[in-house]
Amino acid sequence: MQYLVSVIADQSNPGSTDRQPAISSFNERLIAEGYWVFAGGLADTTAATVIDNRGEQAVFSDGPFVESKEYLAGVWVWEAPDLDVALKLATEASKICDRKIEVRPFQ
Amino acid sequence: MSDVAVAITRVHHEEWARVVAAVTRRFGDLDIAEEAAAEAFATAVERWPADGVPPNPGAWLTTTAKRKAIDRIRRENKRDDKHEEARVVYDDGSPEPLGAIDDDRLRLIFTCCHPALAMEARLALTLRMVGGLTVPEIARAFLVAESAIGQRITRAKAKIKAAGVPYRVPSAEDLPVRVSGVLTVLFLVFNEGYLATGPDTDPVRQDLTTEAIRLTRLIRVLLPDDGEVAGLLALMLLIEARCTARVAAGGELVALHEQDRGAWDTALIAEGHRLVRERLAAAAAGVAPGRYQILAAINAVHTSARDVRDTDWSQVVALYDQLIHLDPSPIVALNRAIAVAELDGPEVAFAAVDRLATELAGYHAYHASRADVLRRLGRSQEARAAYDIAIDLAGNTAETAYLTRRRDQLR
Repeated sequence: MQYLVSVIADQSNPGSTDRQPAISSFNERLIAEGYWVFAGGLADTTAATVIDNRGEQAVFSDGPFVESKEYLAGVWVWEAPDLDVALKLATEASKICDRKIEVRPFQ
Repeated sequence: MSDVAVAITRVHHEEWARVVAAVTRRFGDLDIAEEAAAEAFATAVERWPADGVPPNPGAWLTTTAKRKAIDRIRRENKRDDKHEEARVVYDDGSPEPLGAIDDDRLRLIFTCCHPALAMEARLALTLRMVGGLTVPEIARAFLVAESAIGQRITRAKAKIKAAGVPYRVPSAEDLPVRVSGVLTVLFLVFNEGYLATGPDTDPVRQDLTTEAIRLTRLIRVLLPDDGEVAGLLALMLLIEARCTARVAAGGELVALHEQDRGAWDTALIAEGHRLVRERLAAAAAGVAPGRYQILAAINAVHTSARDVRDTDWSQVVALYDQLIHLDPSPIVALNRAIAVAELDGPEVAFAAVDRLATELAGYHAYHASRADVLRRLGRSQEARAAYDIAIDLAGNTAETAYLTRRRDQLR
């Protein structure tokens, strides 16, 4: 199964900023063990633009689609045999990123 | 009840979980398993009075349930060919890496108590899939609308399927944490029965305590070497043993020191004590006891005293000291303080109770214990005020009656 693994940053409880080396070696392990499908860190939410073209004319607006204290800081896509495997990796990932992690299955 | 009806009830108790577990393993779908098991039992109710009870009722039910499941999958196949194709070929008993014990019921229990599910969903799902209680029975037990319980179970099953919760006994490395999660669910069921909340419910819901004990016995059979499983079973038995002495005829709670100890169930106490002795032997051999084993040992001390005055309070305090190491929660500290009151007197206990004031401000038992200590110290007015708060916070009818009497005895 594939899981979207979201790294959640929290403005009221910002994690440490020196995690990149640890994340890189975690990524290497994910690749070596066959779980890695995709990963990417995201720029700040202020760099986001929302496009709504459901009406007559496309409307662009600056900023994320929802303002909140918690926001997406990065994502992984993992291939794992079941949720237990994904949760075990996510437990490690949370420690390594010093952030909360959401695990959500793809349909 | 006719003999056949009695047999069906007994078989339902003994075989429900096995049937659900076997069908889930075969088809990989809790929803199909639940429906097929229910249909198989309905077929038994129809056929057994005429045909007689089959020699191996469990096997008969499992075979019937598997047929019902295949029927349903075929029906759905006609609607949606591609989608269902995968299901029929799902796991046909192919070997998988397993923990120490290979029993489908154990897989079922671990799946229903999976940490990715909300606690209330775990309770409802475990009672339905493992315990075989119906949705209306679970709704009554928790004083929640049937539709809400039905929805909880449906959502939990959907999440298990969509998120890929495995139908598997956890690896040896994860087993202790996961067993502890299962025991939490069972102890919550037991506690809701032991001290039922809500103004309109019986103070003790023996249907729930009995069910919790039955399921814990099952886990004990499946995991005989787990000390905490033995500990929780002993704890439940020793509490259940005092059940009839705990509520007076008028519906008022009877505190431990006022109970008629002759009314305690000696068979349950003997069984509980046997389990505690088994764990004490393990502890002597160097296996550190967990929380439930220590709680069971405390209850064993209480149930060993023929008269409350014979209670070995120093032993009780020593066990609470051990428990605080494992679980430094304010509630454990409060219970320890209550035992200290018996051993060292109310003044020492009051200091200990008072330290918990902020943390336990919303907990009725804190105010009840504080009221009791104040009463012993002769500080009646403060005791009355504390009883008032406890009465406001208590949700159990028998407890409210008890606290009200204690308050009104104060002058």
